[in-house]
Amino acid sequence: MAGRLMALWDWFDSRMPSVGEEWRKHAAEYYAPKNFNFWYYFGSLAMLVLGIQIITGIFLTMHYKPDANLAFGSVEYIMRDVWGGWIIRYIHSTGASAFFVVVYLHMFRGLLYGSYKRPRELVWIFGVLIYLTLMGEAFFGYLLPWGQMSYWGAQVIVNLFGTIPFIGPDLALWIRGDYVVGDATLNRFFALHVIAFPLVLLGLVAAHILALHDVGSNNPDGVEIKKHKDPKTGHPLDGIPFHPYYTVKDLVGAIVFLVIFCTILFFTPEMGGYFLEYNNFIPADPLKTPPHIAPVWYFTPYYTILRAVPPLFNSQFPGVLAMGVATMILFFLPWLDRSPVKSIRYRGTLYKSALGVFVVAFLVLGYLGTEPTTVWGQFPASDDSFFGKYILDTKDVATWVGRLGTVIYFLFFFLMPWYTARDKCQPEPDRVTM
Amino acid sequence: MSASDPIDRTRRNLLVATSLAGGAASVGAAVPFVVSMWPSERAKAAGAPVEVDISRMEPGDLKVVEWRGKPVWVVRRTKEMVDSLKVVAGKLTDPGSRASAQPDYAKNEQRARKPEFMVMEGVCTHLGCSPQMKTAAAKGEMGADWTGGFYCPCHGSKFDYAGRVFKGAPAPLNLPVPPHVYVSDTTILIGDDKKGA
Repeated sequence: MAGRLMALWDWFDSRMPSVGEEWRKHAAEYYAPKNFNFWYYFGSLAMLVLGIQIITGIFLTMHYKPDANLAFGSVEYIMRDVWGGWIIRYIHSTGASAFFVVVYLHMFRGLLYGSYKRPRELVWIFGVLIYLTLMGEAFFGYLLPWGQMSYWGAQVIVNLFGTIPFIGPDLALWIRGDYVVGDATLNRFFALHVIAFPLVLLGLVAAHILALHDVGSNNPDGVEIKKHKDPKTGHPLDGIPFHPYYTVKDLVGAIVFLVIFCTILFFTPEMGGYFLEYNNFIPADPLKTPPHIAPVWYFTPYYTILRAVPPLFNSQFPGVLAMGVATMILFFLPWLDRSPVKSIRYRGTLYKSALGVFVVAFLVLGYLGTEPTTVWGQFPASDDSFFGKYILDTKDVATWVGRLGTVIYFLFFFLMPWYTARDKCQPEPDRVTM
Repeated sequence: MSASDPIDRTRRNLLVATSLAGGAASVGAAVPFVVSMWPSERAKAAGAPVEVDISRMEPGDLKVVEWRGKPVWVVRRTKEMVDSLKVVAGKLTDPGSRASAQPDYAKNEQRARKPEFMVMEGVCTHLGCSPQMKTAAAKGEMGADWTGGFYCPCHGSKFDYAGRVFKGAPAPLNLPVPPHVYVSDTTILIGDDKKGA
């Protein structure tokens, strides 16, 4: 039997050798550092979730109707009448949040170990593009159930483009295809969600992995394993083949991930309103905004930045610009970081504290974005006091904390060339440590 | 052919010319796809003026009608509501409605043809959410100096009873006033101001 299978493989391999070559190049003979730790699960988990989203998405498409009159009902139909529909939809909706969880952790790993630094700038840039495409994909998908949150979320985000000076109003009209978010908008968002953006996403994932495999993986020590190669084989001394070593390791990660994923899926698929917002169980009503609207949790840090910036010159564009810059600045990270070492293990106090403060600020921004601006009450200053007159344009405490968080977010990046260059780093080891 | 061969100018020119022509053709081919995303003729045709019957509105009532897919509010203001407009003037971003959108006949303190009835688009000038009425009784939620008006649930913008935005809110402008006209004492036509007046 085994002999027959080998003969079949030989027959195939002699006619199409590139399959075997690619397998060896990217798995069996791709040498990855031997000291990968917990943080290195999230890349393969992101690919797992991408696969889950594509498969569940295909089956949802078979029953969903992209029509403003039918969409909300077709989702309820999937939940109640389609065999297995409820679990397919919950896998897809939980998968969307899971995608952002693993991607945020994957990006944080990059910050911990300097994975964006030379020579991996392109890997990082493709990664940021994946993150932005994923945000678009999630936004388009969120309109499809045509609930109140879908509708008003889309209304707000499309109007973000409307604030761009000069071309804004026409651009927003072009994106919507109508004067308000409506059937035309839903139909095109469906097209973008199920085909255009997934194709872009797959292409970017391929580019991300190819770019990574060309330069080789970073590791928790941030040292280049290609510097020390076995003179006979030419393989890095600190490297082990991705397959079977890391395929097996990642399989363990996948199983643990799926246990957590299934626990959420079966016991709390709405995650207390964070994964599926309660207002989205009400059909879209263009005449009535829900009393409290908030984006899904993975957008909330940027949403708080948007809210924190007051309008200037009768235009709300500054807030939109701040939000745009907050995401775009990620592209420049490889050049903002001037540290001689990559890994947090050998960095000094300055970077360690900056990263710590940044993480706290990011989480606070994220929390505030889920709450109304009145959540923490108001400053007691009266309108006649000095503060009331000249300083406090709004008395909402949460807005001011959001402003503080926004400043910290930007300072982390803008001051990075300064504090990473002055940081007292320890010497990097020559070889990886375990 | 190798990299050191002299450049054949004729072939190079042909190559450049065909590339440019091909590029131009590709851009031309993109046009139908780009224009297909503009509002269709059917979408443009929708949006006729609407009539509102105000005879049964009590003082303090808010009525929402749909015009061009947007919520338009008609508010029958009480005397206290109209008086509150004077009190708040110092806290507003654009108290004189200089930069805001309204017909000339609504460019006054009440932003209305008749002070009693306020007609405005219930669409926040920040990012298009629909604000909610919060009366002066909502001081606990809106702050001790709140004299009544509207609050946008999306990003916390606050407006007075004439739709004028308070300072410190993300919304830059007052709520727009659509063209409207009193067809009779009990009927307002929204979307057209050419009849009568």
